[in-house]
Amino acid sequence: MDKVQLDREFSDLYRAHLRDVYSYAYYRVGNHHDAEDLTEQTFLQAYRHYERALRESDGRPLRPWLIRIAHNLAANLYRDRARKPQTPIEDTGTLSALHTTEDLVEGRDELARILEGVKELPDDRRDALIMRFALGMDNREIARAMGRTDGATKVLIHRAIKQLEEIVVARGGAR
Amino acid sequence: MSEPIAADIEVLLRQAFRPVEPPESLATRLESTLQELTELAAEELEAWELSSMRDPRNWVRPVIAAAVGTAAGAGLVVLRVRSQHRKQRKQVQGVELARRTIRAAGHEVRRVIDRR
Repeated sequence: MDKVQLDREFSDLYRAHLRDVYSYAYYRVGNHHDAEDLTEQTFLQAYRHYERALRESDGRPLRPWLIRIAHNLAANLYRDRARKPQTPIEDTGTLSALHTTEDLVEGRDELARILEGVKELPDDRRDALIMRFALGMDNREIARAMGRTDGATKVLIHRAIKQLEEIVVARGGAR
Repeated sequence: MSEPIAADIEVLLRQAFRPVEPPESLATRLESTLQELTELAAEELEAWELSSMRDPRNWVRPVIAAAVGTAAGAGLVVLRVRSQHRKQRKQVQGVELARRTIRAAGHEVRRVIDRR
């Protein structure tokens, strides 16, 4: 494939999945500032490795590959921040703001409780739920994005929902 | 008792995790970052002393810089032209839109080449 064709295809991929990558990033990091950075870094890294990814994908959709890049970058972001000293007070608002659930669910208490419960899940379970419910990915896509088998992914999602159910019930129910 | 709650939770998760639209400024920022990458690659090449190129061990970095510059530059043209095309589509249609898109593509290619 020549360079022009490669760039055209990357441009199509970018336009088709900008919202997916941004949605994943937003629910993963919990604020627009970091979500924009994460989205930007994801597409830059994707661009650098696009030709190889195309070659190795064997015609399969590249959305799981894009989300996997975002997933790994998000993990690195948290790892780097954990190593650093305390965040300066003036930055705490933008860097560590959690979900503004009011923005997301327009004041619906029930949905706000669900999102609050999701935040208590371990990272891999939370990620799997974001991929399934925010991006509408199926088990196979999620498995590719998380580097797991289809079976392990199915179990992961099942356990995530069960754990979330327990959290919500313990807090007073989802209904 | 447990299954209906799980089913409810799935319904609520679908409602709670609605897709989030990226801000308009993000696309602009992405394009500009690609542009910077192109410029960095070009500077890397310019800064490289010709004499050092006699040693094959020094060939790797300029080759990578050239590859990154070319890739990012070409990608930038595509992204910018598409962005302009979207803006113009709201204002004009048909032949005039095609003419403007071709002109924009030529302009962007010249811009990227001039920066090198």
